Amino acid sequence: MPIIKVENLVKRYNSVEAVRGVSFEVNEGETFGFLGPNGAGKTTTINILCTLLNFDSGIALVNGFDCRKEAHKVRSSIGLVFQEITLDNELTAYENLKFHCYMYNMEKRLSEERIDEILGVVGLRDRKNDLVRKFSGGMKRRLEIARGLLHRPKVLFLDEPTLGLDPQTRAHVWEFIKKLKKTEGNTVFMTTHYMQEAEACDRIAIIDNGQIIACAKPDDLKRNLRGDTIYIKTSDDERAQVEIQEKFGLKAKKLETGLAVLVESGEKCIPKLFEKLETNILSINLKKPSLEDVFINLTGKEIREYGPSTRFTKVGN
Amino acid sequence: MLSYKAIYVIVLREFKRFFRQKGRLVVTLARPLIWLFIVGSGFTKLIDIDTGVNYIQFILPGIVGMTILFSSIFSTISVVWDREFGFLREMLVSPVSRVTIVFGKLLSGTALSVFQGAALLLIAPLLHLNVGISEYIIMIFLMFLVALSITALGLFVASFLTSLEGFNVIMNFIVLPMFFLSGALYPVNSLPPFIKMFTYINPLCFGVDSFKHILLPEGGRLVAEFPLYVDIIFISVFSVLFTFLSALVFERRK
Repeated sequence: MPIIKVENLVKRYNSVEAVRGVSFEVNEGETFGFLGPNGAGKTTTINILCTLLNFDSGIALVNGFDCRKEAHKVRSSIGLVFQEITLDNELTAYENLKFHCYMYNMEKRLSEERIDEILGVVGLRDRKNDLVRKFSGGMKRRLEIARGLLHRPKVLFLDEPTLGLDPQTRAHVWEFIKKLKKTEGNTVFMTTHYMQEAEACDRIAIIDNGQIIACAKPDDLKRNLRGDTIYIKTSDDERAQVEIQEKFGLKAKKLETGLAVLVESGEKCIPKLFEKLETNILSINLKKPSLEDVFINLTGKEIREYGPSTRFTKVGN
Repeated sequence: MLSYKAIYVIVLREFKRFFRQKGRLVVTLARPLIWLFIVGSGFTKLIDIDTGVNYIQFILPGIVGMTILFSSIFSTISVVWDREFGFLREMLVSPVSRVTIVFGKLLSGTALSVFQGAALLLIAPLLHLNVGISEYIIMIFLMFLVALSITALGLFVASFLTSLEGFNVIMNFIVLPMFFLSGALYPVNSLPPFIKMFTYINPLCFGVDSFKHILLPEGGRLVAEFPLYVDIIFISVFSVLFTFLSALVFERRK
């Protein structure tokens, strides 16, 4: 039985449909990623699954419990790390964790054990009596994740766990999440709009405009794309575009600067381009399919303005 | 339905925060003393008293009431604060019921107020008021009721608010009128009738009145204006009503 089961989930804000009939299942022990741009409905879905939000129609089950009717049973089964920091700055790291233990009705001895253990895992044992106010962003994140795991939840929800962190800290937090999964073995449900993070999931669902448009293993999604993208810049792009159409039968898409061509094998195509193209080639760039391309291909838009590859718009299949 | 462990830890957290915020601590302790010894002694010379209660003694019950009013209302800020800084979600997503959270917040606001009121009362002998052990214990009971009613009101209002700015606006339209219509600084009987009407819906008015019963000697113009049982009944009803309402609002909102 899947640990999370969602069927035809619909959520409206006034007349706007934020989630429009979403269905998916997550198996126990899996790392499941929700990938999509801001405003796609990721956080809304996570809030529904965490019982923080009502929904209009459909089914949402976590650990076999109905998110609407058995909210407190769902809440006992999950741990949640929010987008924004939800620690109490005026309390110490230890006190924040202790608060959590009391809220989850954990036995005193067990909670002391778990707090000590988890502080070790997140590497904050020597800071346990410091006020959280003095912590850096990365340390706060680690503490939050530790708190989410304290009561050994069946499912750990991570809503953009690395949002607002610098790349180094982000890598650090992510490494830590992976390590935790090995030691704790729980199901992780995460949302992200970072491609690198989505690549590390067992399975991902791409969500856009409140609908899931693809759901599979990252590798399978990429395999479906079939083909590489060649980005070329020439002395006369328009002429090159016509040339490529005539000589190779390929459709080149004109970008702001340069052209993008979707081909089956980039390695084989590049030498031919040099050989046959009469227009001067200024630069050429080969890109293997990434999740980013999958995303662009499926949604017709870039996920966000970041990194060199996204300056280009992908040619449709 | 209620998790006592959770209520305990919510109260504990508020107390820890209270003692850690040094600025808040200083203001809390200084405010009543400023009123008593600056405003109070200023008016003592001005107001001729014929009953054996001088003005500075007369306002002590009112200043205790004020301490509770400010403390209770501003401790409900923590709900808005927690919402703004996200900590509320940590509580909302835990398995404890919404009612538990409401009771935790209610009890922490009340306990903090009683604590401050009790501390302030220790200066009663300085004002030559005879407050013995039994009066002190009765006062704690009465302060608990008054603090509960005002915290419940504050919590009810706070549960509608999403930002700290809104809180300040609304609280100033509630806190100051409540204080000035409480009989803390002058007997409510001396107010014009159409203003006096509002004192009958003001829990602080009945609260301050009940404090006067205990702290001030009998007789004269500057003493309690309602029977003690009326005070207690009104405050109790008000507390229960607003506890119920704030629990209801909290349950509805997500």
